[in-house]
Amino acid sequence: MAESRWVRIGLRIATGGVLVFLYLPLVILVIYAFNPSRLQAWPPTGFTFDWFAEAAANPAIRRALGNSLLAGIGATSVALVLGTAAALAVQRFAFFGRHTVSFLFVLPIALPGVVTGIALRTTFQTAGISFGLGTIIVGHATFCVVIAYNNVIARLRRLPRTPEEASADLGADTWTTFRRVTLPGMGTALLSGGLLAFALSFDEIIVTNFTAGPGTQTIPMWIFAAIQRPTELPVVNVVAFVLILVSTVPVYLAQRISNGAGGSRI
Amino acid sequence: MIVAYFGSLAILLLSAFWEKDAFTGRVEPFVWSLDAFDDLITNTVYRTIALRTIAIAVLVTLTDALLAFPIAYYMARVASPRMRGVLTVAILMPLWAAYLVKVYAWRTILQGNGFIEWMLEPFGASAPGLGQILNSWLVLSYLWLPYMILPIYAGLERIPGSLLEASSDLGARSGTTFRRVVVPLVFPSLVAGSIFTFSLTLGDYITPDLVSDAKFIGNVIYDNSSLGNVPLAAAYSLLPIVIMIGYLLVARRLGAFESL
Repeated sequence: MAESRWVRIGLRIATGGVLVFLYLPLVILVIYAFNPSRLQAWPPTGFTFDWFAEAAANPAIRRALGNSLLAGIGATSVALVLGTAAALAVQRFAFFGRHTVSFLFVLPIALPGVVTGIALRTTFQTAGISFGLGTIIVGHATFCVVIAYNNVIARLRRLPRTPEEASADLGADTWTTFRRVTLPGMGTALLSGGLLAFALSFDEIIVTNFTAGPGTQTIPMWIFAAIQRPTELPVVNVVAFVLILVSTVPVYLAQRISNGAGGSRI
Repeated sequence: MIVAYFGSLAILLLSAFWEKDAFTGRVEPFVWSLDAFDDLITNTVYRTIALRTIAIAVLVTLTDALLAFPIAYYMARVASPRMRGVLTVAILMPLWAAYLVKVYAWRTILQGNGFIEWMLEPFGASAPGLGQILNSWLVLSYLWLPYMILPIYAGLERIPGSLLEASSDLGARSGTTFRRVVVPLVFPSLVAGSIFTFSLTLGDYITPDLVSDAKFIGNVIYDNSSLGNVPLAAAYSLLPIVIMIGYLLVARRLGAFESL
């Protein structure tokens, strides 16, 4: 079925419209980052780099950035180890309840974050665990594990079993086979899963608000607080601009890893 | 991790039945009562908020499906392979941009002296400003749109061209082929995308807070949790859990999980 000319033109216009819708807010923020005026009003009154210096010198932003990086690294590491283990278990071994496990693994991302948030908060409170970076990492790990699991299991389904069997036949023990054969085969899946997990952790606020406690602030939490203080908006604009720039990196890397086909799985 | 997660869900479930002392306001863990549910049922505000949240989640899902379909169809069936790659990146980019950055961008656009006001000024109209419930619909539709485009695109791409040719060879016009072949085949992908648009809207409390003043289920949960009324927050959070589990079971039956 070849689409008629009018259908094609209509689709082209709709595509253009959706792209404008997707990018307009980002473009407006990028322009605001260079606006000299302290007041957030359109159109901008000029061009300046001043707010960049102010943002770089802001101690609260630096602290929040440090926390966000630590939380992201922590949650991603936990997620990769546990997600890989779970994926191997589900894919390689038949055990009772295998299908239930794969359904349960959808839940942490399919249930709203606010549910995860309050569930963990109540549990930490009841168990007397004090809130901080550790509880943030646990909160992020719940959904990062799912990301790692999905990426690894998708790869394991495609990997042939024969190299592993060959390795075992040649006398390698289970651990050596895993380290020298299975792990390299999963390499890019781990990389793209880890990348996505880190990005989600870095961006998370819905769960973080519940598990952070009063003393620890991540970058999204800082933005959320600063947005509501008009005097800080010029600095928020700069942070937003930098975050928009940074978000192009994983897209680029993911494209490189998958050679333009598919990308990582949610 | 699975144990920690589901253990927490179990504690959440239990905590909905904990007693909150009426005088001291202290929550007594493992002292049982149905007060929280009583509160939720007798106070009509909670019903209004629940219905509002669900209505917006449905609206957002429908809006995203409508917006996503043409662009996904263009990518899968019309665009050249090169263009397809460019568009995939163009849709991934806003998906990866920080959530709060996007909400904040809309806040600056919608508020007084913002972009919308500047656009409307020549026509003598002023910006609706923050505080409109429709802002939540607009911004949430914006936020989750890529989650809908990508599965629909993947679904459309999987449809073999031969099926469409067969349909037209058998005399179906393009409208009929679209309705009888394309739509049924891509429907599971649409349901897969809708899991994200629906669930993410159902649980959001940041966006409603920042761009409008109409509270969502999430706001009630978050506010009560921070104010120490854990039983009420927990009881209320059972609502999105039940809705989402029901939604997932229906989605699984419709074959959406293979399209995730």
